Amino acid sequence: MVDDSTRKTLSNIPLLQIRAGPREKDVWVQRLKEEYQSLIKYVENNKQSGSDWFRLESNKEGTKWFGKCWYMHELLRYEFDVEFDIPVTYPTTAPEIALPELDGKTAKMYRGGKICLTDHFKPLWARNVPKFGIAHAMALGLAPWLAVEIPDLIEKGIITYKEK
Amino acid sequence: MSHAIDELQAIIAELKVELEEQKTSNRQARSRIDRMSAEVVDSNPYSRLMALQRMNIVKEYERIRDKAVAVVGVGGVGSVTADMLTRCGIGKLILFDYDKVELANMNRLFFTPDQAGLSKVEAAARTLNFINPDVQIETHNYNITTVDNFDRFLATITESGKELGQPVDLVLSCVDNFEARMAINAACNERNLNWFESGVSENAVSGHIQFIRPGDTACFACAPPLVVAENIDEKTLKREGVCAASLPTTMGITAGFLVQNALKYLLNFGEVSDYLGYNALNDFFPRMTLKPNPQCDDRNCLLRQKEFQARPKPIEVKEDVSSSDEPLHATNEWGIELVADDEPVNCPEPAKSSAVVQGLKLAYEAPEKEKVEEENVATVSDETSLEDLMAQMKSM
Repeated sequence: MVDDSTRKTLSNIPLLQIRAGPREKDVWVQRLKEEYQSLIKYVENNKQSGSDWFRLESNKEGTKWFGKCWYMHELLRYEFDVEFDIPVTYPTTAPEIALPELDGKTAKMYRGGKICLTDHFKPLWARNVPKFGIAHAMALGLAPWLAVEIPDLIEKGIITYKEK
Repeated sequence: MSHAIDELQAIIAELKVELEEQKTSNRQARSRIDRMSAEVVDSNPYSRLMALQRMNIVKEYERIRDKAVAVVGVGGVGSVTADMLTRCGIGKLILFDYDKVELANMNRLFFTPDQAGLSKVEAAARTLNFINPDVQIETHNYNITTVDNFDRFLATITESGKELGQPVDLVLSCVDNFEARMAINAACNERNLNWFESGVSENAVSGHIQFIRPGDTACFACAPPLVVAENIDEKTLKREGVCAASLPTTMGITAGFLVQNALKYLLNFGEVSDYLGYNALNDFFPRMTLKPNPQCDDRNCLLRQKEFQARPKPIEVKEDVSSSDEPLHATNEWGIELVADDEPVNCPEPAKSSAVVQGLKLAYEAPEKEKVEEENVATVSDETSLEDLMAQMKSM
């Protein structure tokens, strides 16, 4: 389930209103603006609370997203490339966030490094269409995944700290 | 130096032998057959299928050669589905998958360890072509849920039928994720194509198939997915360290249900199930019909519902397949009795968990429809352009 700190994070991310997918060219631009506004606010919130943890950008159509996320563990910063496509059925279905460099390193991943979300994520997303956007997928999907998996992978020696 | 040359020559000789072995193993086992024959001889690959005609089960079995079926997802269920359809002599198979064969797939049927590393569609096409060279096989190696590929997928299912330019006769969904199912649903609603959804639970102890006729039965977006209730306590269900479990049995059974119903639909015999579940823990098979949701979020579904309602309904004439007057079973040595099935439930309301038959449940409860949805339009301040927002995000 969603814990209190996640709930607080969530409540500070602006909700979206436009129900439009990437195939509906005109309205999609509106949705994309909402996505960016929501993401910008989320990153600002993170910076303010000292928990800045990702950057994202997209192609100009807003259908392909890529960037970096990082996780602090014992004062070291572990950084990973993030990428995902906006599915044609978005926002009814959430984007499938992938960390390609971890593909094959953990069982909690599907092909191509797509992270394996909890049973709670999809029902929660479904109940919040079209209000949830990319920022929510990051906060509810990727953030808890990193918090569980990364310390475990470090402990097992599967990932090691790289000086940047 | 000469030592190195000797070594290389030895390797070449070895590879030649291996290549020759490969070539012979890929050789066609038989040549193509123009017409399906009913002749009962050991050398006729269709004799047992054509016997279905003689036994009055199927009227013209050979019609199967005019049918094209798209199989989306060639994994544990899809590969077996494609195998069965190939052996049944289907006219054309169109396979979609973007995955590779892995050793981790070997607990399922069809693929063999030597195929590891090959694309699933390529590996499947080779085997299927070897089993039955009469089947036309087309492969598509991409993920259908992305914007560009979805258009290719749409074009293929609407134009790559047995007759070029015609749609396929049926789409079979054998994918393992919600996103792909929703993409197939969107495509079939848009192009008004009938399709079967199929699935096996992540804990491998249940499966289901669902027949979706746009406008007539519930589409995949009409309600939360209908799944088999396993009555396993969530707390005792360990998911530590794994994404999904799988069994060849559950997958084979689900593929069997899927193809059986596809055949009944394509060749017009028996009764096609609208929804059939399988609970492996107690061998229970719930069955039901789901009506479309008049408030479905997919506008093409609503369009198809309108069309369906406007269409005159054919009066159900029960076709008497076996016209003989003999009792079906003259003797009943084992005292087998027929027990009434659960009545199919027709729910005109959007489905609630309470409205489905025993043994099934919705994956989650549908959200209440918000009444004020129209005032949505412009809370996005239009002063900042998309480009500005992108730049702002990039500079953070």
